[in-house]
Amino acid sequence: MARKEQLQAYWKENLRYIIILLSVWFGVSYLAGILLVDQLDAVRIGGFPLGFWFANQGSEVIFCLLIVVYVQLMNKLDRKYDVHED
Amino acid sequence: MSITLWTWIIVGITFAVYIGIAIYARAASTGDFYVAEKSVHPIANGMATGADWMSAASFISMAGLISFMGRDGSMYLMGWTGGYVLLAMLLAPYLRKYGKFTVPQFIGDRYYSQSARVISLLCAIFVSFTYVAGQMRGVGVVFSRFLNVPINTGVVIGMCIVFFYAVLGGMKGITYTQVAQYCVLICAYMVPAIFISVQLTGNPIPMLGFGGSISAGGAEILGDPAAQGKYLLDVLDGLHKDLGFAAYTDGVRPKIDVFFIVVALMVGTAGLPHVIIRFFTVPKIRDARSSAGWALFFIAILYTTAPAVAVFARTNFIKTVHNVEYAKAPSWVKNWEKTGLIKFEDKNGDGIMQYTKDKATNELDVDRDIMVLANPEIAKLPNWVIALVAAGGLAAALSTAAGLLLVISAAVSHDLMKGVIMPNLSEKAELMWARGGAAGAVVIAGLFGIYPPGFVAQVVAFAFGLAAASFFPAIIMGVFNKRANVYGAMTGMIVGIVFTAAYIIYFKFVNPSINNPQHWWFGISPEGIGTLGMILNFVCMYVISKFTKEPPQEIQELVESLRYPVERTTGETKAAGPSAAH
Repeated sequence: MARKEQLQAYWKENLRYIIILLSVWFGVSYLAGILLVDQLDAVRIGGFPLGFWFANQGSEVIFCLLIVVYVQLMNKLDRKYDVHED
Repeated sequence: MSITLWTWIIVGITFAVYIGIAIYARAASTGDFYVAEKSVHPIANGMATGADWMSAASFISMAGLISFMGRDGSMYLMGWTGGYVLLAMLLAPYLRKYGKFTVPQFIGDRYYSQSARVISLLCAIFVSFTYVAGQMRGVGVVFSRFLNVPINTGVVIGMCIVFFYAVLGGMKGITYTQVAQYCVLICAYMVPAIFISVQLTGNPIPMLGFGGSISAGGAEILGDPAAQGKYLLDVLDGLHKDLGFAAYTDGVRPKIDVFFIVVALMVGTAGLPHVIIRFFTVPKIRDARSSAGWALFFIAILYTTAPAVAVFARTNFIKTVHNVEYAKAPSWVKNWEKTGLIKFEDKNGDGIMQYTKDKATNELDVDRDIMVLANPEIAKLPNWVIALVAAGGLAAALSTAAGLLLVISAAVSHDLMKGVIMPNLSEKAELMWARGGAAGAVVIAGLFGIYPPGFVAQVVAFAFGLAAASFFPAIIMGVFNKRANVYGAMTGMIVGIVFTAAYIIYFKFVNPSINNPQHWWFGISPEGIGTLGMILNFVCMYVISKFTKEPPQEIQELVESLRYPVERTTGETKAAGPSAAH
């Protein structure tokens, strides 16, 4: 039964990663890119108003990074719980 | 050399490459045909997914849309990329672990119900046809503008090419053709963007250039020496205000609507069958995760350039056309006037083109779709660049069309024939049905291109709304909630589809005259209503599953097994792990 509990712990950690990463996903797109965009526009980086930048490019760049982080975390987690392939 | 000659050469070479690859990688088995024997490298799969996903709409229309919508256009940028985060974390690895061929098959197995399988296969076919109709028309338009053939001839040429590699090569042929198509379309998109970015701002990276300031050369091109050294976005905001528009960097749509549309586009992306099916083709579960990352990376190259292209095109367009004498109009205006995509009506009779927000005084009617295609001409780039853009538009349209045709063919042969009607079908006969299905779908898609049904533009919202309101909750709950059962899933899907379809049909077809924010529920447009449909689907599924019989033991075990890449019992060594082989 110990193995079963281990697998459940693996799944729980997977869910925790997903929740944290999707919170960032929500933050950069729905908060920074839509709901708070006008407030953020008061800040400028070069020629970009910050909210406009998040809506146009920033969120996509961060989406890419989120998947990279997720893949790394999961590959490590797979090994930790001995459920990795090959 | 003339544009037409260059186009024939470049388009000819790219088509020869696609066909060559199709012959080289033709499918021999159903495994080859549906999922390329699960042998595709994650980077190649990422590129293929990028080409598959980026359609004529992304390539030709998106930057134009954004340039007319300003900041509100960002809903397409976020909506069409954010779905990949959901795919990577919530769908791809689990569906890959499941390891069969199609989405309807997963739904049918997970909810132990043939009816669930049939509902989802009908949705898959509907979504795919809605999409493919637009692609074939796009092919026709590109051909007719750049090769001077009638639109219908262009559609037929496109049909022959797709027929050849989709029917012959199946998923294997399509995947490697799509890798080549990705390379063509991304070059075609980036080359003019880089040229124009250098011209206007001196910065060779367009993603950064549009936030930069206008160079001396840029000021000269815009015919406004005072603009030199100012931020490009500030200049564009100023131009917009002068013409009566809202500032480019400000949004005008209600935020609630933008919010709902972005959710619908993201979830719809994650639920589109031709995207999901691509994650069945990689060798391992970890490859499915990383391949979603690669796909987004390759897509983001184009999607972070699109807002730059939009800003360049918008500024260039206003500066070189507004308040310019018609007789001295740039040559691209005259070229595109012939296609009817630019119209000039001299309302005040002064012979000068005035472009304003006010309909009564505006004299220029411009189709948004030409912004990307006309961009190289607007910036006076060499003819080969214009030809390259034509080849890129064709690559984008053809790759998406092929991916969709494959979903239709798999739905017909694997889910309908083999799965429901004739379970005893031999592999050889199934492959024949698959090829026949693909061939039939090509012909129907071509007919849609030649006789474009007027409703195509109206039903694109359908494709995303339906994918969001039907597949997505069924798959997510299928993996993340062991308790979800057939009753919940069926009710959820039906409620989601019927609600979403009814709302869209009402506002788009029954009563289009009241399709405006005053009459929408909570200010949500038909484009965003799929989000509400999805929420309803989730709620129905959860509540009904909770109060009805739980799924059989073996289904719960199936769900459990999806969650782990490999299940080893303690002490088992790697070499002895039989479950490592899929």
